[in-house]
Amino acid sequence: MSDIYLDNNATTMVDPAVFEEMKPYFCEQFGNPSSLHNFGNKVGFALKKARKQVQDLLGAEHDSEIIFTSCGTESDSTAILSALKAQPERKEIITTVVEHPAVLTLCEHLETEGYTVHWLEVDSKGRLDLDKYKSLLSDKVAIVSVMWANNESGTLFPVEEMAQMAAEAGVMFHTDAVQAVGKVPINLKESAISMLSLSGHKLHAPKGIGVLYLRRGVRYRPLLRGGHQERGRRAGTENAAAIVGLGKACEMAAEHMEFENTQVKAMRDRLEEGLLAVIPNCFPTGDPDNRLPNTASIAFEYIEGEAILLLLNKVGIAASSGSACTSGSLEPSHVMRAMGIPYTAAHGTVRFSFSRYNTMEEVERVIEEVPGIVAKLRKLSPYWGENGPVENPGEAFAPVYA
Amino acid sequence: MWDYSEKVKEHFYDPKNAGAVEGANGVGDVGSISCGDALRLTLKVDPETEVILDAGFQTFGCGSAIASSSALTEMIKGMTLDDALKISNQDIADYLDGLPPEKMHCSVMGREALQAAVANYRGEVWEDDHEEGALVCKCFAIDEVMIEDTIRANNLHTVEEVTNYTKAGGGCSSCHEGIENILTRVLAENGETFVAGGAAVPAPAAAAAKAPESPKMGTLARIRKIEAVLDSIRPALQADGGDVELIDVDEKSIYVNLTGACTGCQMAAMTLGGIQQRLIEELGEFVKVVPVAKESLVSMGA
Repeated sequence: MSDIYLDNNATTMVDPAVFEEMKPYFCEQFGNPSSLHNFGNKVGFALKKARKQVQDLLGAEHDSEIIFTSCGTESDSTAILSALKAQPERKEIITTVVEHPAVLTLCEHLETEGYTVHWLEVDSKGRLDLDKYKSLLSDKVAIVSVMWANNESGTLFPVEEMAQMAAEAGVMFHTDAVQAVGKVPINLKESAISMLSLSGHKLHAPKGIGVLYLRRGVRYRPLLRGGHQERGRRAGTENAAAIVGLGKACEMAAEHMEFENTQVKAMRDRLEEGLLAVIPNCFPTGDPDNRLPNTASIAFEYIEGEAILLLLNKVGIAASSGSACTSGSLEPSHVMRAMGIPYTAAHGTVRFSFSRYNTMEEVERVIEEVPGIVAKLRKLSPYWGENGPVENPGEAFAPVYA
Repeated sequence: MWDYSEKVKEHFYDPKNAGAVEGANGVGDVGSISCGDALRLTLKVDPETEVILDAGFQTFGCGSAIASSSALTEMIKGMTLDDALKISNQDIADYLDGLPPEKMHCSVMGREALQAAVANYRGEVWEDDHEEGALVCKCFAIDEVMIEDTIRANNLHTVEEVTNYTKAGGGCSSCHEGIENILTRVLAENGETFVAGGAAVPAPAAAAAKAPESPKMGTLARIRKIEAVLDSIRPALQADGGDVELIDVDEKSIYVNLTGACTGCQMAAMTLGGIQQRLIEELGEFVKVVPVAKESLVSMGA
């Protein structure tokens, strides 16, 4: 039996059709798109086509609003630092406590450089308080950066509404849409979003390619200066093959948008329902009514996520966890902590994230395997008795922490 | 994913002594604040001989926490309490063929659970004596609290000094920004400002002062030199109630026995690292300092 990949929020397989499309741009069409001759010229046309494909998926008004970068993180950094450089009199940033490290760590760093960062908190379902947000908008704010969808819980944020509120207050709005692009319909020309980041490898394009959408007319300062590539807004020779791949991937994502929101969603729902039905003391995290169609984040109480993942991996199932021990930092997931999930549950959070390559057969296999793994680990847990959690787990087991 | 040894996987997939021991008369409940893992160790001790007849664990934690718990119970069964207390966290890690630096705290937790369980058996109250912070130097597994304390205790001002005192930053050097940030913060407590010392770019190896070329030393001269280095370190160890003794020298491996208060000390691994560093400098060659208990060496037939 082949392995089951349910970690598509981490990265995705390059679609074979995407790979096919990329192949000529290594050994045959290797020219520099800036060159005048035939070698370069053809590549230039290929990039133009790819830019159009990205534009179509995002519903951007102009193809020149698409800037190719190296990854989502570069797009995020470029967007936020550009807003600060372009408006030096504005020293405040609004963001959320559940952002991806690409935004979170940058904002923490900017705090040490004298900027004021307003951190929007979330409730137990991962939702923001829009009144609080509105009260923070002012002419001191250089940029708002809020993710479209959370990578761990899949919870969607009302970024279009928030962008409108920012626009009314005269504030730039950036969204890290790395998890959302290709999974939920996006139509930027109808929105007030100033900037948007996306990452190729989350939607079946290769790693090492990203996009910054920059609305026409939004004041901008490049992160990388040098050549005239991307109209001088992102210098550096284009990663032509990857750009071509991303274009194809965007075209395919648009074609599969309905499938993603029906079939993929059905697999996710079946998995969640199947696991919740047979495993006691587990619950979905985030906002089940308002989330990505492909993501299920389930907290298994009284056990730890890394242990679950290792046992899943042993039976050929790949997922990921918000547990402390799966990240290099040992920090428990900031997203789970922000939602106020007790740590005996936050530690046992497992994220299953689907793609259009998964099948219902795989889902059924996972539903068969997980209960035994959870039971095995609970047998080892000091919080677990014969047939359920010990009475008053917090009192029955209260270790001395060091 | 972590690079776990086969031994760690073995103890995780098929843990030994899982569950609470029937009729336990010693229980230790401890947790690690750095990752939230926690462990209950139950012991059944023979009141006459103080031999550990049985040991069981229940762990809320990751793969290496479960493996460390399993290893610990295997190691201590049949030991007297006094012998069991001599087990250091490094011993637990060694038993598992090593743990990733980020995961060493799992073995520390095991050792603390043992101390707590023994204290519980003896009717004493166990108090934890160490604090753990975020891991800064991954090469030598040095955490933030250790660096902060060392800066304060020794009035350190540069990254280089921090490396000399704690080893942190002495390997790949990627944590230097982190160490500079800690220095900035700690120095600010006394109203001081951190100034990056020295050149911004290290001199290339060829230009850097070379370790003194040592003419090939005879075995006896070499051992005398090693003894001399250990003698020079000894006063510092004795000041903390510990000591070090040279057991054997086998080419590049120098076997030493840390005794007294060094036994089972949290800092033992660092102390050994420091000794190794000094020996490398003095001998002008790379050597490896290997900790051994004297008894185990004899039983190995060495």
